Amino acid sequence: MTMIAAGDGTAAGAAAARREAPEGHSRSAARPAVVEAKGLSLVFQTADAPVRALDNIDLIIERGEFVSLIGPSGCGKTTLMRVIADLEQPTEGSIRINGSTPEQARLARSYGYVFQAPALYPWRNVERNVQLPLEVMGMSKEERTARSDRALETVGLSGFKKKFPWQLSGGMQQRVSIARAMSFEPDLLLMDEPFGALDEITRDNLNVHLLDLWNRTNLTVVFVTHSIPEAVFLSSRIVVMSPRPGRIVEVIDSDLPRGRDLDIRETPAFLEVAHRVRVALREGHSYD
Amino acid sequence: MTAVAEAGRGRSSSGAAARGWGRLRQGRALPVLVVLGAIMVLWYLAALWLNAPRTIEQFQREDRADYSIGELAAAAWSMERPVLPTPGQIAADIWKTTVDTRITSKRSLVYHASVTMSSTLVGFALGTVLGIAIAIGIVHVPTLDRSIMPWVIASQTIPILAIAPMIVVVLGNLGFTGILPKAVISAYLSFFPVTIGMVKGLRSPDPLQLDLMRTYSASRTQIFSKLRWPASLGFLFPSLKIGIALALVGAIVGELPTGAQAGIGARLLTGSYYGQMVPMWSALVVSGLLAMICIFAVSAVERAVALARGGRA
Repeated sequence: MTMIAAGDGTAAGAAAARREAPEGHSRSAARPAVVEAKGLSLVFQTADAPVRALDNIDLIIERGEFVSLIGPSGCGKTTLMRVIADLEQPTEGSIRINGSTPEQARLARSYGYVFQAPALYPWRNVERNVQLPLEVMGMSKEERTARSDRALETVGLSGFKKKFPWQLSGGMQQRVSIARAMSFEPDLLLMDEPFGALDEITRDNLNVHLLDLWNRTNLTVVFVTHSIPEAVFLSSRIVVMSPRPGRIVEVIDSDLPRGRDLDIRETPAFLEVAHRVRVALREGHSYD
Repeated sequence: MTAVAEAGRGRSSSGAAARGWGRLRQGRALPVLVVLGAIMVLWYLAALWLNAPRTIEQFQREDRADYSIGELAAAAWSMERPVLPTPGQIAADIWKTTVDTRITSKRSLVYHASVTMSSTLVGFALGTVLGIAIAIGIVHVPTLDRSIMPWVIASQTIPILAIAPMIVVVLGNLGFTGILPKAVISAYLSFFPVTIGMVKGLRSPDPLQLDLMRTYSASRTQIFSKLRWPASLGFLFPSLKIGIALALVGAIVGELPTGAQAGIGARLLTGSYYGQMVPMWSALVVSGLLAMICIFAVSAVERAVALARGGRA
């Protein structure tokens, strides 16, 4: 399946990258964009001086995209995710999630959030951690069990239902947290450097899993990272950000095929996209 | 302290070394026994030193001049009304007043202990409920945090000996007598560690764990029942151990100003009236044993809860 991407890829225009919807989801083209930010700014009031965490962000994310936010520390990528998730309020500009406000989207439980740390509840076993959102949503026990079984199957942890978080490795814990975010089957998955604390081998493995998952479903993924290879390997579109103030430098469309394996990282096409990301990062990152 | 550290190390090491003498050395028993032995030796020496002058007086009245050190010690360690009774005398008195006396008798220490324990447990229950309720209020309502917390702390700066008689008198006037005034004093002491521990415990979830609940748009009640409360249990049990020991102290203190007829406090009071050191020491030792039993009971519940929640045991 080839994706035709046509973003204009500049900071100012920031791209209504319309693309053909995957087969069987042709209706989705008519629905509002998953994320639609216009002139979004956020200023934190700190003790000494106000900090401009986000500056005039324009970004449209369509259904079924895998969008990575990449940039050095302090460029506002996590803040942007938190604004999408209604965990922070913007000071200027507008943002719509599925056509409604972030708060309405949060109340409608329309996204799953995966944090930098697994944030599992240590007193709950794996199964009950995965069922936590389902309990909050008031699902029946049968429904909860069915859904947590399915989610754990997806991340390959079916045999670990009764284990407690401390009995699992860091990579397994993060997989549990992904299963937890997917257990209520949101259309949008927000992932904030989910694999940042893991070793490279585990990370590669989870990247393959995640990509496979995205290929099989109609998920929209917004993924924060500061690894160029990770961003290029996973994404259909890469948003390059720069710090002080946090803004979008460039939006890079990847023309790599949707079905990828780790070997693609040695191909010229992959290296070409990675090179473009690196150039954009260098452009946006001045040390003066 | 050393004993505890020793015991901890002993449990973590395993296998070949843990046999025979090695096993005894690495177990819990030996360090405790060594300390106990040292205390016994010092105690008997102190009893000899404190009781000897009166024993010598006694010998002089009887015109006995040719006594040996051994005879002096034997006499000093078996005085009818010693300044400091020996552990042996105390043990014998405890045996006499527990095993050899009917429980219904006023002389039975078991009877007195049960009177004190019942108000301890009622007061501990009241104090725990009150302490948790105050902590929940403080954590959820910012106004309460600012207005109540200083009073909670101030309440513990007032000497309990000063406030105990007032509580007894006021409650007596309102028609409450018997167990309740003592339980109120127990509760007054035991709610404090519970409040402090639970405020810390209910605030212990980290920002990510709280954000997670927010992404599920969980209600305050759900955040409490699924996150704050379970996260606080690790803080609750240490507080409960302090709380139950304080509840026991409160119950005993509560028995003093009332001229209570029954209870460990009453035994201490009558002992001091009549200069009977042996029953006083017996009451003291029994109250110490009661405190240990209470704390072991709380620890047992704590372990059971930890195991049920997948603790490392």
